[in-house]
Amino acid sequence: MTRLALFGGIYNNYRALEAALEDARRRKVDAVYCLGDLGAFGPYPDRVYPLLRSHEVQCIQGNYDNSLAGGLADCQCGYTDPRDNHFARISYSYTFKNTSEENKAWLRTLPMSLRLETGGRRVLLCHGSPRKINEFLWESTSPDSFLEYLLAEFDADIICVTHTGIKWHRTLAGGRHFINVGVLGRPENDGNIPVWYAVLAIEDGRVEVEFVPVPYDWQGLAADMRAESLPEEFIETVTTGWWTTCLEVLPHKERARGRF
Amino acid sequence: MNYPAIQLTHLDNLWFQVSGTLCNIACTHCFNNSGPNVRTFGFLSLETVREEIEAAARSGVKEIFFTGGEPFLHPEFLDMIALSLERAPTTVLTNGMLIDDRLADRLAEIERSARYSLEIRVSLDGHTEEMNDAIRGRGVFRQAMAAVARLSRRGLLPLVTVVRTWSDEEELATLAGFVRTLREAGYTRPRIKVLPSLPLGRELERASIISTDTLLTEEDLKEYDRELLMCSNSRLVTDRGVWVCPLLVEKSDARLGATLQDASATYELRHNACVTCYQYGTICGNVSSLIEGPASVADSGNGKAP
Repeated sequence: MTRLALFGGIYNNYRALEAALEDARRRKVDAVYCLGDLGAFGPYPDRVYPLLRSHEVQCIQGNYDNSLAGGLADCQCGYTDPRDNHFARISYSYTFKNTSEENKAWLRTLPMSLRLETGGRRVLLCHGSPRKINEFLWESTSPDSFLEYLLAEFDADIICVTHTGIKWHRTLAGGRHFINVGVLGRPENDGNIPVWYAVLAIEDGRVEVEFVPVPYDWQGLAADMRAESLPEEFIETVTTGWWTTCLEVLPHKERARGRF
Repeated sequence: MNYPAIQLTHLDNLWFQVSGTLCNIACTHCFNNSGPNVRTFGFLSLETVREEIEAAARSGVKEIFFTGGEPFLHPEFLDMIALSLERAPTTVLTNGMLIDDRLADRLAEIERSARYSLEIRVSLDGHTEEMNDAIRGRGVFRQAMAAVARLSRRGLLPLVTVVRTWSDEEELATLAGFVRTLREAGYTRPRIKVLPSLPLGRELERASIISTDTLLTEEDLKEYDRELLMCSNSRLVTDRGVWVCPLLVEKSDARLGATLQDASATYELRHNACVTCYQYGTICGNVSSLIEGPASVADSGNGKAP
């Protein structure tokens, strides 16, 4: 049996990262993977890196990491609404300014995707989708036919992505799986405070996916964010579990479930 | 002249011109000249819609869109939405005129039982009766607003689609006007998508567009993400065959075949409207966007650090 812990979207939330890594260690997983977007949204970007290194987390680049590594002008988050972009600019310039050159250089060394062969299954890890780093794969807009096309096109039995911020798992024909592993950086727009990661267990070709809620010191995070003068809108999301920004990319079903 | 050629990378977006060019109103900016008794294109049959959805699902389609004309004029349209939603997330482009309480109830039922998202885009071109009806016709504002209210009361969050017919200076006040009007009508968290006007159809006359000579060149497409162009990821099914995109439906060279299966050919960008698609990117996609103005190639991609 191989058990992998998977998460994405840390968004500078070093407190949730610490809690998730501790939880994964208790579960004695075989390896931990981060699917990208180390920065954004939260406080003190450089606090994430030592945790990832000391726990030997294998990371791939998300759009945020790709932007920071390449010194790009924006986060390539894929927003088109001016209000969404306004807030995206605030978190990107904060993260850019507060990420050390050393850590930016380290981001440049990260691969864009990873392939694993375990328990007889071919697993592909990537950020948005295997074809595009910032493609949004929401549960309600990712039809089976499209996911099956991606699995076939990219020669995989299991594809794991993140980027959207809301987890989901679909079992497809032939025992294949598509998993959005969720994010550690902010809650899921459902009024609950915890963030999420995924544990993928594979044994003799059999696949099980468990989503794990991560309680963490969100009051501490909110205090950090205030100390760093990050927008109240971001803090409200941390303390209420409802998204207040980046809403216009949500498809109907995911938007209708939220408060705003 | 050599036109830049765009390959179909993958059929992500399948469009249906479901009611042809038949519409119950005749907007002064309509890019495909739809209106009452306009039968350039006719109704699609339920069977054609079913067959093409199945074909597209086999090749991994991602989203399905229904447009017209006015789609709700089609007597079997609700059946089409339901069967589409079995396969993929589905978007309906409507003027809202026919959405009464009964129809809104049915749409809400269909949406609730679907696995995938149903997006209902209701067109509105002004935040006042005067502004809207000057473009869309008398009485249209009231009916469209009533449709928006009916849908939002039922938990459907319509995407209010607005064609940008104002100047840059008027932008902020105009958008604020839409938000205010929609909130006053009971739509507490309005979703608004602003589209560029298209240099096609009746809009040529309304906006007094004199020249449509500008075309895209290979130079324009250097370092440009071609996947932002609809022709790289979309096709439109009509009752007269399959077109490269919904915009060029009146251009005969944009007809690529009789069915989806024979409409995957590479397309050469021969039209001025292709410039609009190029400038605004995902205009027909489902990301709600408040367009800030055309991005130049230099602004659109990889600039330098902030």
